[in-house]
Amino acid sequence: MKWTNLITLLLASMMVASVQADPETDRQALRDFYQQKFPDIDLAEFKNGVYAIDSKMREQWLEMEDFPAYEIAIDEGEELYNTPFANGKSYADCFGDDPGVKHNYPMFDQARGGVVTLEVAINQCRKEHGEAALPWLVGELAEISAYMAYQSRGKSIDIKIDSPEAIAAYDDGEQFYYTRRGQLNFECSGCHQQNVGKMLRAERTSPTLGHTTHWPVYRGRWQYVGNIQKRFQECNIQVRAVPFEAQSETYRNLEYFLTYMSNGMELNGPGSRR
Amino acid sequence: MLRVFESVNNLLLTAGIATALLLATGLVDAQEGAIADNSVEAELAKRIETGRGVFETRRKGNCLSCHLVIGSELPGNAGPPLIGMQARWPDREALKAQIYDPTLRNPDTIMPPYGLHRMLTDEELDVLVDYVLSL
Repeated sequence: MKWTNLITLLLASMMVASVQADPETDRQALRDFYQQKFPDIDLAEFKNGVYAIDSKMREQWLEMEDFPAYEIAIDEGEELYNTPFANGKSYADCFGDDPGVKHNYPMFDQARGGVVTLEVAINQCRKEHGEAALPWLVGELAEISAYMAYQSRGKSIDIKIDSPEAIAAYDDGEQFYYTRRGQLNFECSGCHQQNVGKMLRAERTSPTLGHTTHWPVYRGRWQYVGNIQKRFQECNIQVRAVPFEAQSETYRNLEYFLTYMSNGMELNGPGSRR
Repeated sequence: MLRVFESVNNLLLTAGIATALLLATGLVDAQEGAIADNSVEAELAKRIETGRGVFETRRKGNCLSCHLVIGSELPGNAGPPLIGMQARWPDREALKAQIYDPTLRNPDTIMPPYGLHRMLTDEELDVLVDYVLSL
């Protein structure tokens, strides 16, 4: 083989390598970005979202946390979780003895060929035991996930991406995050990365790192506990784009990407936000 | 836009001729000329005020979301403060083009393309430019 051919081959293989998604490199790059942007803040603090970077809002939030509005949802969720299905089985037959499994979700299900969020897993469990699926965004499903999130507090997010199909799903979520959409022409990264910490009127934009640690969330604007995909829809509507269906492939892949970005961070859900 | 300038020019011209005629006939003093100037100013002031509405209304420009204007309540800071705008944008059409589609000058900008995405009409863009140039 001539030298020139060898060089061409080497260059070609380098190019192939560079276009393939490498989730771990992406995650580290994102962490580096926020550490440079906020050199005085411990990245672990980002589990508290915007309250990690705004001391005034943090005070108000800590006051809310004295009597958190999501507590009722945890209690309701616990009761629902422990109520046996009509066939005598229960959620524990699907998730095991410890309901604190949120750190493993979303996971890529090789057999089903797609991303399974905690909410999808809860509804799958119900269907397997002859129960009807619950509505995705609010109500009983959000309460059950609030209880499971509470039981998962203190655990570190541990998302795995270990097959070409899983990487493709991650890639799809990443592309969504960096794509402009809606009449306002915003991409997720526009507010949460390039302009992170800036004020939009009275609201400060929150960092992407830590976005998934604290769901479901009692949101003041909603006056109830809702799942993260409810917030995805709200965000899309705010930029005047048509929102996707809850638990659609698009949103599941987005949640997969977004949660992987926070891999290793401590879960502290459910949370409360303005 | 050009039409407005034309009508303003016509107004000035008409006023000028009228003043000259009246001065020639000795029936007028300098005060009448001042009234004509005032009406031009009043027209611009009206446009600026309409532009301010476009600027502040959430379903229109919602510009305070990102830009500070002196005296504004709860302005954002994702974009630069709007001050000294005539000095910064001497070319009115360039400013209008910037609001129409800011990604042409800066592909990474977060500012929405107000004209390109039909968020504002051409007339709304024009009065908005009048207002912004008054800052």
